[in-house]
Amino acid sequence: MIEVRNVYKEFSGHYVLNDICAEFEPGKTNLTIGQSGSGKTVLLKCIAGLHSVSKGDIFYNGRSFSVMNEKQRKEIRKEMGMVFQGGALFDSNTVEENVMFPLEMFTNMSFEERRERANYCLKRVNIVNANKKFPSEISGGMQKRVAIARAIALNPKYLYCDEPNSGLDPVTSIVIDNLIHDITIEYNITTIVNTHDMNSVMEIGDNIIFIYKGRKRWQGNSEGIFDSGVEELDNFVFASSRMKQIRNLQNRK
Amino acid sequence: MLKLFFHTGRYFLLMKRVFSRPERWRVFFRQMVREIESIGVSSIVIVLIISIFMGAVCCIQMAYNLENPLIPRYLIGYGTRETMLLEFSSTIVALILAGKVGSNIASELGTMQVTEQIDALEMMGVNSACYLILPKIAAFVFFIPVLTLFSMAIGLFGGYIASYVTNGVTPHDYVVGITSMFRPFYVTYSIIKSFVFAFIIASVSSYHGYYTNGGALDVGKSSTHAVVYSSIVVLLFNLILTKLLL
Repeated sequence: MIEVRNVYKEFSGHYVLNDICAEFEPGKTNLTIGQSGSGKTVLLKCIAGLHSVSKGDIFYNGRSFSVMNEKQRKEIRKEMGMVFQGGALFDSNTVEENVMFPLEMFTNMSFEERRERANYCLKRVNIVNANKKFPSEISGGMQKRVAIARAIALNPKYLYCDEPNSGLDPVTSIVIDNLIHDITIEYNITTIVNTHDMNSVMEIGDNIIFIYKGRKRWQGNSEGIFDSGVEELDNFVFASSRMKQIRNLQNRK
Repeated sequence: MLKLFFHTGRYFLLMKRVFSRPERWRVFFRQMVREIESIGVSSIVIVLIISIFMGAVCCIQMAYNLENPLIPRYLIGYGTRETMLLEFSSTIVALILAGKVGSNIASELGTMQVTEQIDALEMMGVNSACYLILPKIAAFVFFIPVLTLFSMAIGLFGGYIASYVTNGVTPHDYVVGITSMFRPFYVTYSIIKSFVFAFIIASVSSYHGYYTNGGALDVGKSSTHAVVYSSIVVLLFNLILTKLLL
């Protein structure tokens, strides 16, 4: 379980995160939603330890992240997997080598064992016959799936996904959403997904946090999102729903 | 001035992270071999072209400036050799490589930074500075003596061609000149300098690439900064080392 307690993050005198408190439970797909620039990515990077917090603390199963030394942080990072917005696959490595990378760095598996595990992870995310291709030779959706395969290669306890649907078509987005949700349940991972896609919210949101201008304005599940009573969230949901209605109308025509 | 202190401090902090124990020695050596190929071996052609022309031009200019009949002609070959050994094969080649290798390193690391590949490494618990930068520095420092010695040989050969095709000096006088009054320490001096220059080019360029912020435009800026600053530092250390070693 991850607990975020009164977290502030400041960049050059400007507070991007203001007094954020949240809890993320294992086996659940936790979503952080909000407009672009609301602070979702910064929060996720603070949780992952890529940014240090200015004030407050983050706890991993009750262990404070800020008091951990570099060695302890390194150990806990091995339990994390992250899917970046652009995939962040290593350009100079093939798809298979990308997935094998964490295994090579942190396990004593033989080459064959690593390859077997990489192939299993790639199959799990429905990537076949692309093992020897380079990231530049596969589509954006496939890159995201390879990134998920790399993130789960070491059986992580925590999975972070920063806008996994950005730049993807709606059909591929649903595939990615379902994949993240299924993996979360299958491996009992604590998953945090940043998104501003309402389809994702309704499909996989077990626990949703709405962030507006760096502040947490609402927390709940997908059923309660329409009765939140928070004006900014209503506007966010309404804007997304209106887009959906427009799409529906166009489909009817 | 404050900026200079900031960058110097951050550079040394980065180097502290770079010179830590690699996660896996096997991975480090594999990376190093890759870098030797991409940084070192791929620079042989450019070093060959520069050195052959530098040697030839040096020989022609010597001949042009030493027209006094009292000065023996073999001094043209001697002067060409000394110039190549003392300065050109280490410093000028280093400045050219600062352009080629420096921009290559900075743009590679800069692109990895802006596409979050470095974040991905950190996220996995890998010391990204050590994993990415140490093999580059080690490979370049390891391979630079080869390039320097190669440049010396090719430069002297360039001078020989110039003596052959022009009337400034006969090939015989040129050969007598390049084999006269040879001081082996000059080769050692040149190689010591090239070790230091290789470290400067690889580390300064890595620093600029590693701390790239923003997008594609900033990768270009980092690449330019890498070339400019590594060239300046190379020239500064050229002066310091010359004063210390000669």
